[in-house]
Amino acid sequence: MKRILSGNEAVARGAWEAGCSVASGYPGTPSTEIMETFARYPNAYAEWATNEKVGLDVSIGAAYAGKRAISTMKHVGLNVAADALFYVAMTGVEAGLVIVSADDPSMHSSQNEQDNRQFAKFSRIPCLDPADSQEARDFTIAAFDLSEQFDTPVLLRMTTRVCHTSSPVEVTEQQQQIPEKGKYPRNPAKYVMIPANARRRHPVIEERVSELSRFAENFPYNRIEYRSKDLGIITGGVAYQYAREVFPNASILKLGMVYPLPVEMIRTFSESVEKVIVLEELDPFIEDQVRLMGIELYKPAKPINSDYAHTKSIFPIPGELNSAIVRHAAYLAGLINVDIKQEQINLNVPLPARPPTLCPGCPHRSSFYVLSKLKVPVNGDIGCYTLGVAPPLSTIDTCGCMGAGIGVAHGAAVAGDQERHVAVIGDSTFFHTGISALINVAYNRSNVITIIMDNRVTGMTGHQENPGTGFTLQNQATIELDIEKLVLACGIEKVLTVEAFQVDVIEKTLKQWMKEDGPAVLITREECALLPSARKRYLPLQVTDQCNGCTVCFRIGCPAILKSEELDPKYHRPLAIIDQELCTGCEICAQVCPRDAILFRDQVIALTKSEVG
Amino acid sequence: MDIKQLKNKYPEGINFLLTGVGGQGTILASNVLADLGMALGFDVKKAEIHGMSQRGGNVISYIRWGEHVYSPIITKGEADIILAFEKLEALRSIEQISPDGMILINDYAIVPVTVSSGLSVYPDDENIQESLQKFTSNTYWVKGQDIAEEIGYPKASNVVLLGALTALLAIDPKEVLKVIAARISQKYISFNEQAFDSGYKTIQKRPD
Repeated sequence: MKRILSGNEAVARGAWEAGCSVASGYPGTPSTEIMETFARYPNAYAEWATNEKVGLDVSIGAAYAGKRAISTMKHVGLNVAADALFYVAMTGVEAGLVIVSADDPSMHSSQNEQDNRQFAKFSRIPCLDPADSQEARDFTIAAFDLSEQFDTPVLLRMTTRVCHTSSPVEVTEQQQQIPEKGKYPRNPAKYVMIPANARRRHPVIEERVSELSRFAENFPYNRIEYRSKDLGIITGGVAYQYAREVFPNASILKLGMVYPLPVEMIRTFSESVEKVIVLEELDPFIEDQVRLMGIELYKPAKPINSDYAHTKSIFPIPGELNSAIVRHAAYLAGLINVDIKQEQINLNVPLPARPPTLCPGCPHRSSFYVLSKLKVPVNGDIGCYTLGVAPPLSTIDTCGCMGAGIGVAHGAAVAGDQERHVAVIGDSTFFHTGISALINVAYNRSNVITIIMDNRVTGMTGHQENPGTGFTLQNQATIELDIEKLVLACGIEKVLTVEAFQVDVIEKTLKQWMKEDGPAVLITREECALLPSARKRYLPLQVTDQCNGCTVCFRIGCPAILKSEELDPKYHRPLAIIDQELCTGCEICAQVCPRDAILFRDQVIALTKSEVG
Repeated sequence: MDIKQLKNKYPEGINFLLTGVGGQGTILASNVLADLGMALGFDVKKAEIHGMSQRGGNVISYIRWGEHVYSPIITKGEADIILAFEKLEALRSIEQISPDGMILINDYAIVPVTVSSGLSVYPDDENIQESLQKFTSNTYWVKGQDIAEEIGYPKASNVVLLGALTALLAIDPKEVLKVIAARISQKYISFNEQAFDSGYKTIQKRPD
């Protein structure tokens, strides 16, 4: 039966059909929905791990124990999990282990654009690269089989466009029955990677790569579609779709397994067509390997990308592809005669941007407002609060990767930077990799002030549970980590938990701490305004006739505060109005208003009562 | 128009581009169109980009119906039909429209922060209409938000537009309603049916 599934849903479906029973991962766009979907299947254990490395270790543990397991993450998550990846590549597994890396070409919501097919080659494990949802499901199942057949973890490499595109998928309702394994393996030569054992394992995994490349010659998901022999295209992943769209008559070698490559198949294909090109997204991953085989690829008359010899010869490296980009590059390369239409119709109207912003009622806003007043350097982190960088708050000075902010702030402090550094980090990111950086601050005695913005959920990726929420991914009640106690235990003596909406308390505390030496941690606690429980408390505020357009409330950058068309009679400045649809009643604006011209919740309630009465 | 006629009118398949602001139900509408395409016997791809911001950001999705759909992405000049749930977003996506493409616009503005903070100006209706006209004369304005509010379910402007689209494509409304009903919770079905009918009628009533 066919059903319409996103690539992510299809991976979860494939894992379930393959009898996978353990899944552990960390949320990250575009991978998150794989775990969320898998968690709802019967006979399946699924958990949010504290970070990707832990998640992969957990899945490795399950696979050692004889259960098929999967670990999911976004591309940069595999950097965090790389340590685990490299040892499991060495040890192999007892039952199938699939590692899903969801890459993000064009960086729709990421800090870099790394191509994780490189990780497969780097760690010597096979890599499957699906082009649509059907393949996402099929390749997941194939990956479990491959993993067991070759005693190796398998990298299932997804990309945003495959993860978040839905298309019809043929599924089966039957789950594979995986035979129970015996006792836990006592096999130190294979599973204890002390140098003596590791040295014996390395040749094994090098041999595994050549076996896999021979297997790849007949792997059913590597296939040749012969059409016209004028042009042959070697492609894999979503790029296959653009190849079909732009070159409907070309012959295609579609690689389902992009590492290791089927050398003979590629050679035969290349010899049977007049010109051969490689079409792939991001790095010249296949292209480089094909060149190394001594196969001559079609060369455009003039170099297109750069004159450096070891780059892609036709298609761009940065950014995700689409049929227009492929068509244009093919035109420049002399492969097709008609370019895309380049003429521009001028709109003549400036289009106001709609940038991502902190939501109305966001509990992070108060801290950023205070920090913007204090004008201190702020080392940020990955999460909704990165949006503190946007005007008018404009407070974040650095942001690199998960957990980086605290360490980067510490680095400035020990380097003797003149200004006091503040690191901001969210609850889930703190659990992910912030804790170890905070211990480093305490241990090495710098004076970094850390603000842990505890909005009681993993926000940016769409409300996932975490060790602070009291629930697991499969909705079981669990511990609720006490951040304050944890910070104290790290050796930080100055810790304070405040309600996130208390602007003056945050301001007073930070000002006081700036005067004192030593590290400090401020925990601002308030649930994300988009959580269902928070939504129940929405109460839009109102502006009174006391407003004289002084602009202070505009500076908090709340989408619910608008400039009205009405001007203040004395200063001719636009007055503030509050969008009743958007306002949640967080009262930050009411607190910062110097003329008390914005009613607090109590005042609004009293006013409504008197109007009704 | 039955499916045969639809296929004759769009021999290459239909590319839909849906655009709106977070919270307007763009995703639900695109799910409905994807399901509908499948129910009508097309191959279907639906692609969406989940923005960084949950509220207030722009949401775009592509739905392609065809004999066999390869690329999930609709590029410049390839959108046969644009469904815009907000006026400014209609303008932002208009370059994507195909030469004789059709655009359905919800006559509703959601002011972005860049405008409310005084950094930019929201274009006025005349400007918007004039600019859209440069790309297509096939423009349909629907008071989706007003209609949804009259019904008492302000969130249903997306379904009002789906109703209008159904009339424009002359697809059997029962077929579409079936798909919608499968996607929403039981208690909102009657609201959505009303919204759909009102949208459908705004087009039917229009003198051609």
